[in-house]
Amino acid sequence: MSAPILEAKGLKAYYGPVQALFGLDFVVEERGVTALLGANGAGKTTTLRALSGLIAREGDIRLRGKPIGALSTEDIARLGVAHVPDGRGTFVDLTVDENLRLGAYARADGKDLKLDFERVFAYFPRLAERRRQQAGTLSGGEQQMLAISRALLTRPSLLMLDEPSFGLAPMLVEEIFRILAAINRDEGVSLLLVEQNASLALDLADHAVLIETGRVAMSGSALAMRADGSVRRAYLGY
Amino acid sequence: MSEFLHQLASGLALGGVYAIMALALVMIYQATQLVNFAQGEMAMFSTYFAWKLMDMGWPYWRAFFATVAVSFIGGIVIERLIVRPFANAPVLASIIVFIGLALIFNALAGWLYGYSVVSFNTPFSGRSWFGNVYMSAHESGAVLVSLAVLALVYAFFRFTSLGLAMRAAAQNPTSSRLVGIRVGWMLALGWGLAAAIGAIAGMMAAPIVYLDPNMMGGVLIYAFAGAVLGGIDNPFGAAFGGFAVGVLENLMGAYVVGSETKLSVALAIIIGVLVWRPYGLFGRRLVARV
Repeated sequence: MSAPILEAKGLKAYYGPVQALFGLDFVVEERGVTALLGANGAGKTTTLRALSGLIAREGDIRLRGKPIGALSTEDIARLGVAHVPDGRGTFVDLTVDENLRLGAYARADGKDLKLDFERVFAYFPRLAERRRQQAGTLSGGEQQMLAISRALLTRPSLLMLDEPSFGLAPMLVEEIFRILAAINRDEGVSLLLVEQNASLALDLADHAVLIETGRVAMSGSALAMRADGSVRRAYLGY
Repeated sequence: MSEFLHQLASGLALGGVYAIMALALVMIYQATQLVNFAQGEMAMFSTYFAWKLMDMGWPYWRAFFATVAVSFIGGIVIERLIVRPFANAPVLASIIVFIGLALIFNALAGWLYGYSVVSFNTPFSGRSWFGNVYMSAHESGAVLVSLAVLALVYAFFRFTSLGLAMRAAAQNPTSSRLVGIRVGWMLALGWGLAAAIGAIAGMMAAPIVYLDPNMMGGVLIYAFAGAVLGGIDNPFGAAFGGFAVGVLENLMGAYVVGSETKLSVALAIIIGVLVWRPYGLFGRRLVARV
């Protein structure tokens, strides 16, 4: 068993004086997909923000064994952790092309850039068509594609996604999840997925962590979680 | 008629100075939504630095580029040491810091170089260029230098990845950090660039308005009027506004209000724009989605 790509132990997070996470433990396996499930306000988005260093946090966070709990957001991103934030984080006044170039900004190797652009355009041909367009004029689905593409251009080893299905039509959600599965399978990028749609998330994930009010309520393999009666009734709705 | 054209042309020369000063203001405004009231005094101090170098016998262009470089570094240092600690402070605290900075530079210049007015060299010699009888050689040169600065700044932000990163950091700091852009440094770089541009503005203005510790006070107000007129969130609107204010100020001074009261033209522009078109001629209308 190889070391996990991401390991969090006793992760606590704070919004100013308010504590939002109370000691979370979970891992993302190398090349694995871990889903963070839970109700609104449980702390899923907060967990991603804490991992990225966007909010005050405590606890032991390790990326391939290296502690990253004290690093700045910029440095964590440069280590290969890409975070697709809630709301997609589009640079609305810049063009699609500029948004993508920003993804590659911190990369030392400029030479494979063209290849990487072609790769993301192969996943999302619609972005290629809209390359010169101002990103703020894209539809929600296209902005989600742009956010994922921008993250891919950082050449991440871990991709953290905050509700990639939010506000999208079901067909588009299916397409995006199919592409996420391909990114995980073909490129070996590990995924940490925050998702309201538990059924969808459990299809993609191998592990799942159920968060309730800032604590881990349950965790295990995706299969076991799906089979669990209380998870099924509360989050899968049958 | 020739008198009119002459006034128009001199307006353009100072307008160029206002345009690049306005650009410096916009650069910091876009990143922080704050107007740096010390921009003028920083530029004045840079100009004194150039004057000192030339006084020590440096040739003009060497002194010019050394001053630009030192101002660039000075701007970065000021941001890191003085402005940054107030990054999360209320707006009013930042404004007080800017006013304090302005007072410090003003007093420092007076203390180091004295309050008497001195003349400042121009590298553009001769009475006029290209048979242009309406402008002195310096005025023509100042317009060209202003246009060159505008073109360079445009090229930097439009075509380099560092320029793109600076625009991104100003627009969406969180997303910028998530792709590994060091947002704090981008802000410092913005201050450096603004200080360097201000230094050029100061060195172009000084042969016209003469050098003394208060030389940039008026210039900054005109530049601010230009920025507001063109749209303070639009660099090219602001630059256009700077030129427009320069011409307007000169014509009004010559024909309407007299040169003693022409500063009030700038204030009238500021108030007029804020009342009738707060986003300026080219600025974007701010619409908040609730």
